Amino acid sequence: MSVYNSLDSITEELHKCMKCGNCMAVCPIYKETRQEVGVARGKISLVEYLLSGEIEMTERLADRFSLCTTCMACNTNCPCGVQFDKIILAARAEAVRKKGLHPVKKIAFTALKMQRMFDFGMKTGSLFQGVALKHVPHKSDRIARMRFDIGIGTDKVFPMLASKTLRSEFPEVVKVKNPKMRVAFFTGCMINYFYTDIGKAVVEVLKENDIEVVIPKGQGCCGIPASVNGDVASASALAKRNLRAFEKLGADALVVACSSGGTAWKHVFGELLENDPEFKALADKWAGKSYDISEFLIHKVPFKKQGLGRVDRKVTYHDPCHLNRGQGINKEPREILKSIPGVTVIEMKEPGRCCGMAGSFSLVHPDLSVQISDRKTADIELTHTDTVATGCPACRLQLKSGAENAGIEEEVLHTIQILAESYRAGKKNEIRSL
Amino acid sequence: MLAREVLQELIQVLGAENVLTEQEDLLTYAYDATAAMKHHKPDVVVSPLSTEQVAEVVKIAVRHNIPIYPRGSGTNLSGGTIPTKGGIVLSMLNLNKILEIDQDNLTATVQPGVIIQALNDEVLKLGLLYPPDPGTVTTATMGGSLSECSGGLRGLKYGVTKHYIMGLQIVLANGEVIRWGGKTVKNVTGYDLVALFTGAEGTLGIVTEIIVKLIPSPEARKSILAVFDDVDKAGKAIASIIRNKIIPATLEIMDNVTIQTVEHFVHAGLPLDAEAVLLIEVDGYKEVVEREAVLVEQILKDEQAVEVKIAKDDKERDLLWLARRSALPALAQKRPTTVLEDATVPRSKIPDMLKAIRRIADKHNLNIATFGHAGDGNLHPTILTDERDQDEMKRVHLAVDEIFQTAISLGGTLSGEHGIGIAKMKYLDWEFGEAGVAALRRIKEALDPNYLLNPGKIVRRD
Ligand SMILES: Cc1cc2nc3c(=O)[nH]c(=O)nc-3n(C[C@H](O)[C@H](O)[C@H](O)COP(=O)(O)OP(=O)(O)OC[C@H]3O[C@@H](n4cnc5c(N)ncnc54)[C@H](O)[C@@H]3O)c2cc1C
Ligand code: SF4
Ligand code: SF4
Repeated sequence: MSVYNSLDSITEELHKCMKCGNCMAVCPIYKETRQEVGVARGKISLVEYLLSGEIEMTERLADRFSLCTTCMACNTNCPCGVQFDKIILAARAEAVRKKGLHPVKKIAFTALKMQRMFDFGMKTGSLFQGVALKHVPHKSDRIARMRFDIGIGTDKVFPMLASKTLRSEFPEVVKVKNPKMRVAFFTGCMINYFYTDIGKAVVEVLKENDIEVVIPKGQGCCGIPASVNGDVASASALAKRNLRAFEKLGADALVVACSSGGTAWKHVFGELLENDPEFKALADKWAGKSYDISEFLIHKVPFKKQGLGRVDRKVTYHDPCHLNRGQGINKEPREILKSIPGVTVIEMKEPGRCCGMAGSFSLVHPDLSVQISDRKTADIELTHTDTVATGCPACRLQLKSGAENAGIEEEVLHTIQILAESYRAGKKNEIRSL
Repeated sequence: MLAREVLQELIQVLGAENVLTEQEDLLTYAYDATAAMKHHKPDVVVSPLSTEQVAEVVKIAVRHNIPIYPRGSGTNLSGGTIPTKGGIVLSMLNLNKILEIDQDNLTATVQPGVIIQALNDEVLKLGLLYPPDPGTVTTATMGGSLSECSGGLRGLKYGVTKHYIMGLQIVLANGEVIRWGGKTVKNVTGYDLVALFTGAEGTLGIVTEIIVKLIPSPEARKSILAVFDDVDKAGKAIASIIRNKIIPATLEIMDNVTIQTVEHFVHAGLPLDAEAVLLIEVDGYKEVVEREAVLVEQILKDEQAVEVKIAKDDKERDLLWLARRSALPALAQKRPTTVLEDATVPRSKIPDMLKAIRRIADKHNLNIATFGHAGDGNLHPTILTDERDQDEMKRVHLAVDEIFQTAISLGGTLSGEHGIGIAKMKYLDWEFGEAGVAALRRIKEALDPNYLLNPGKIVRRD
């Protein structure tokens, strides 16, 4: 019984909670609001009342369940081992079964629609952007600000849609001379539509390591924005679509460069499709060979160290919640950064604290999201670095937005971009020394 | 349900954003960290931003005769914040500023919503320390821990919360604001209301500002682990350390059930067959610490510890204390409900108390693990059970009764640090007798004649 199908699946999880309140020490939402409903303990008790029949599922209750970035910080700090992420996902799925999707999310983030909207945006290109977004001139990042408030605030800085999607820029199979391996790349929406520079860096680094890259055209959204908000039907449909697309082309391994994509392939697809034997088997098979790009380059195919050129950057690394706590990946990106000549890594205070992006959370609770982000930005500022590296495009967006609002000069990049930069610098040197 | 006009008055004073009225919010203030307690939904939750606002809220409550339940982080273990009669929950969390750190007088002035660790983070930068350290330092508020007079691991050498409270600003039950005490070490002006309000659990007044004493942070520390094959020997060792005029900062004990559970949880290298381990930390100047550690080691050996280990470095030290800190969490994972008591006896009676608890556990066929602050006699017998099992819960209640009886008969007390609240109210006359309970009641009624402040806690209204 998965958390997506029934609220009963989490009764044992609920019973583990002893209401000690330790989760208060780490919850980014509670830190800002100081209201009990913000913290895991509060939402757990609400689910308990719901199960005991003391209250019913109402829109107001569903609203309370939206107050969570699913950052999993409470899981880590819980003495009783409560896996709160399971509880909140189950509660939200129940809310959607009973009350339907939150209106804001329905407009912007119903997963299936999202892709169509973006594809539409791509076609109409600058027209759409000109109307809604105001370009913010900046040296490295194509970002923009909302011209008017459509209910999600104008504080958030958005990346500009890329002029071409990542997937349209590459053939389905990117060949190399003597391939060591054939690896499929799941791009995810943000990298496909906005941060194509991250996707290009992934391909570049894989090629540099003699790996053939497969980028199935049939792939789509990972479905996490849907499953996290309880829209189980859309998420399952997307899971199947992606499994079909990758199965068709086949590969020795699959890599992702965003934390939702990794979570989806490693865990969520299998949970969503547990009642569909055929797809469940497929999901498990791919889960077993799915890697975050930094994990892949450290553990699966150790990346080539010769040819790394000098990159002069002072870097601080922000741990994406779903990469760090969700997949246990935090040493790998740091190891990559530290092996790049010229890069100094300076840790910020609490690098693992949520940046407040959390996908559609920032759309439903824009003010709270900005408050959480401001704390992060302040910590980054204290490191006196010039670059923030992270492992997820969604965090990159939030961190950039925070830096931009605070007026600090900080480039925000995916770890893999800095590695690609280093290989590039290495090549330049080679040519020079020829 | 509150009359509409009451809500309007509250909103007028506090602003709508600081007044919660929807049941989905109210229900999250219906409980605290106390196990196996009935929850009660308040009618409204308010979060004042100033002492004046607190006073206004109290005046509104007086006018309409509505109970007020002050609340910090709701981590107390005695049902102290449960709004048993509905009414107003007064959340102090927005009063969360450190107002001053005075390095000349070694004091800090804080609002009650400041988290203990937040204060310590600030004063540590100046080489200072606020010693009281309940297990909840990272979550509990200064106001809540003051009102419970929280203890913690450092009680033996450094005392407990009450030893660090120098002055208070208090909103009384009639809405008047008073200040008592201050930054002076000496102060005998009038009755010692600072002492009275410390540990009063919000039943006498609402604390809105606190002046605490700070001490220089110790320069060095050393941790020692001693393993015993017999509880009596561990008890003798505790007495012997103190008799030799060494006062460790911390002197903790874990019994066999705790050791086994903790070891499986953190793998700190605790021997599974030990009957008891003592965990000791000495601190102070480097030279003193070196000398005391050697002395303690010798005493432990003389008292027939089967093994004595001094932590070589920070890593080893952290592992030892991780084991101690994991006691409650590790135990809590074994069964769904964890009933944690804090019966306390003179330290010389620790072996008697440990053995009595073991007998009680056997008699009622319960799983009880005991650990705690052996150095100050404060034990935490922890009953691992399941709230849903009614038969077992009956036995749990009987066992708790007997634990308290034993503690009192050994010259101890019902509660060392968790407070009375609702949970231990019915036992008070065992310790005080009827005359004592009546004296408590007269104090309550002198300061809060209408039982508006945290009613149903400590003192029962007849
Ligand atoms: C896991 C765990 C470990 C613990 N370990 C220890 C320990 O080692 N030592 C120890 O002593 N205790 C311990 N405790 C209990 C301890 O009492 C609380 O953690 C702490 O003291 C309460 O702080 P709080 O802010 O949560 O207060 P709350 O629980 O919110 O309130 C406690 C009481 O104070 C009153 N109150 C709160 N603020 C005010 C105010 N401003 N004015 C007047 N009254 C007020 C409330 O009405 C209530 O009666 C532990 C608790 C847990 C859950
Ligand atoms: S830390 Fe864990 S056990 Fe404690 S209140 Fe939070 S979820 Fe419950
Ligand atoms: S997952 Fe993060 S945001 Fe959600 S309750 Fe836990 S700590 Fe708070």
